[in-house]
Formats: sequence, C-alpha cells, structure tokens
Amino acid sequence: MAAELHVELVAADRQVWSGEATLVVARTTSGDIGVMPGHQPLLGVLESGPVTIRTSDGETVVAAVHGGFISFADNKLSLLAEIAELADEIDVQRTERELERAKAEGDAHAERRADVRLRAASAAR
Amino acid sequence: MGAQLRVYKRRIRSVTATKKITKAMEMIAASRVVKAQRKVAASTPYAQELTRAVTAVGTGSNTKHPLTTEAENPTRAAVLLLTSDRGLAGAFNANAIKAAEQLTERLEREGRQVDTYIVGRRGVAHYNFRDRTITESWTGFTDEPSYADAKKVAAPLIEAIEKDTANGGVDELHIVYTEFVSMMTQTAVESQLLPVRLDEVAEQTQTKGEILPLYDFEPSAEEVLDALLPRYVESRIYNALLQSAASKHAATRRAMKSATDNAGELIETLTRLANQARQAEITQEISEIVGGASALADATAGSDY
Repeated sequence: MAAELHVELVAADRQVWSGEATLVVARTTSGDIGVMPGHQPLLGVLESGPVTIRTSDGETVVAAVHGGFISFADNKLSLLAEIAELADEIDVQRTERELERAKAEGDAHAERRADVRLRAASAAR
Repeated sequence: MGAQLRVYKRRIRSVTATKKITKAMEMIAASRVVKAQRKVAASTPYAQELTRAVTAVGTGSNTKHPLTTEAENPTRAAVLLLTSDRGLAGAFNANAIKAAEQLTERLEREGRQVDTYIVGRRGVAHYNFRDRTITESWTGFTDEPSYADAKKVAAPLIEAIEKDTANGGVDELHIVYTEFVSMMTQTAVESQLLPVRLDEVAEQTQTKGEILPLYDFEPSAEEVLDALLPRYVESRIYNALLQSAASKHAATRRAMKSATDNAGELIETLTRLANQARQAEITQEISEIVGGASALADATAGSDY
C-alpha cells in the first residue's frame, strides 16, 4: 500500500473536505506544487485555482480554492482558504452566467472567481 | 362587577399578553443560540489551522514584520468594540461597553491615543450620546455575522496598522467582545490582536512546548507572513463576532426567561388580589341583603304591635 497523507481542506466558515490522499497538487504564488507523503514541512501562499487531491482509493477530488494557504507537516496537509468549493458543488451553468455578467461589467475579481470555478468543474470531469 | 375587580382583570390580561411575547422571544433566542454555537464550531478548524501557521512562521523564522513586532513607543492604539444591534439582552451590551471603557482608560493612562471602532448599534448609540468620537462603525449584521462582514470590519483596521503612526496609523489593535463560555456564562473580554503576541497565541492553541517543524516557506517567510496576518486578523474578528452573537442570544434568552418568570409571578399575585376583591364584593352583597332583610323583618314586626 502506498503511503498516505491526511488532508484537511477548510474554508473560513466550514470544513470542506477531509480524508487520506496520496498526492495533492495546488497552485502557489511561485508555481504549481505537488505534495506527496513524506514531503518536507511546507508553508505556502496559494493562488486562486483548482486544487487536485488524489485520494488513497484512487479517486480524484477537485476543489476551487480562492486564495489561502497550504501547510504540510507530520504527514498532515492543511489547505486553508477563505472560500473553497468542491467541484461537485459547483453549478456550471450558473457559474457560466456569472462569468458572462462579470465580463460585461468588467469586474476582474468576479471574472477570475468564476473562471477558477469553471476550471475546477471541468478538471473533475 | 365592581370597579376594583375590573381593574385587576384588565391588568391580568395585559400581563398575560406580555408574558406570551417574552416567552416567544425566549424560545427564538434559544434556537438562535444553538445556531450561533454551531457557526462558532464550524469556524474553529480554519481559525485553529491559521493560528498554527502564524505560530509556525513567527517562531520558525527570524522575520521582522510590522504585525509581529511591538513598537518601542506605542502612541496610538485602536480598540474594536463588539456590541449588538438590539437590546433586551440584560447587561450584555453594558458589560462589553464597560470593558472597552476600562481598556481605553488604561491605554490612555499609558500615554496612548485611542481610536475607537464599534460594531453594533447599541455601542454606537452609547458613544454618540456621550459625544465621543468613533473612528468607524458597522451595524446591521450582529445577529448573524458572515465572513464577508468580518472582512469588511478588518479591512480598515489592517490598513490603519500598516500605516505609519505619524500619518494616522496605529501601533496596536485591541478587541473587546463577549466570550461565550456556556449557556449561563458569557464574559466580556479584551485581547490584543496586533502586534501578535506569539507566546499568547501558542497558549491558546495548546501548542506551547510542542516543537514545530522547520518549515519551507513558499515563496518566502516574509511573503507568507504578509499574506497570513491579514487573514489571521480577519479570522480572529470573525470568531469574535460569532462568539459575541452567540453570547447576545444567550443573554437575551436569559433576560426573557426571567421576564417570563416575573410575569408569571405577577399574574399569580394579581389573581389572588382579584379573588380577594371578588370575595369582598360577595361578602358585602350578602351582608347588605341580610341587613336589608332583617330591617324589613323588624319593620313588619313593628307594624303588628
């Protein structure tokens, strides 16, 4: 059996996902980073973007994370985000509408948020 | 029905109506406490992990950051006071305001100028009535604060602490809120948010003595701290807002429970008085009838002679 690491994905107001995983890929400000069991203790700043978690039973969990931190120590990985959503929770049609509206209104922040959500949703499929 | 009795009956009716209202408010508050408590619990993992991370950076690196280093001669401090929008919560707001005033007094004695930031209409009204200056205030969300509200409150505070003291910035940030200890106990507490006191933080998270691993910082310790501390402040304010909301509901519940109990007691007393009045009336009527009858009997008896 492959080594495992414990993952906690927490948003400001709730715990989004927690479980065992073999690989977590996230985007930090200095580029994508993949964390596997036994990684060196790490504390990094996350960019908004999709986070991919490969669970120990071979499934893939994708979440849209909007800013936050990644910290890893003692085989425990915490992903802290102000806002985080699992790909299954994302309503694609609604997000597409939001993206269009954000584009029309020139709201770069909302546009980016919608874009991250859509990317996470498509990555999960 | 006699006048006395009618007055009692009317008062009983009015007190019964009040009792129904306070009972309803008590039950609403009770259900809200549970909800608020659940929100406090849901926000705990984030706050805990964040505090851990702050401790890790603070102790694991030699970074000097304006948010972690104490100013040598602090001249200005910001005090954030959390009150509620509505009253009917016993001494809840009074206690929080009193704690804030004590803190302000202490800081001023130590030679600091104090900027006051207030959340909640009650606190704002208290300060406005006394013509004290409020630097900034927020109202309208104290019953059910969201993370966005906490961000809104935190933004100007973080800005103020990052500014130079000469340009109107502050050296310290204190927060006064009501800690939710249990359903029966809520205490007004004050704590220093910034500069972060790492040993205090470590105590809170029970990480004191635990050896923290040597972290790799991505991209660098300074940048991680830059990004981490505003989030830390926001999450602390969010947690304080939630606790304050839970405390307020618990205080309301208790105040309304005693109001209901008092109304019940009052009804009982009034019912006794009403019964007494009714009985007095009946007694009077009987004695009048008896008196009248015997007078009549005396009169007829007298006519026979």
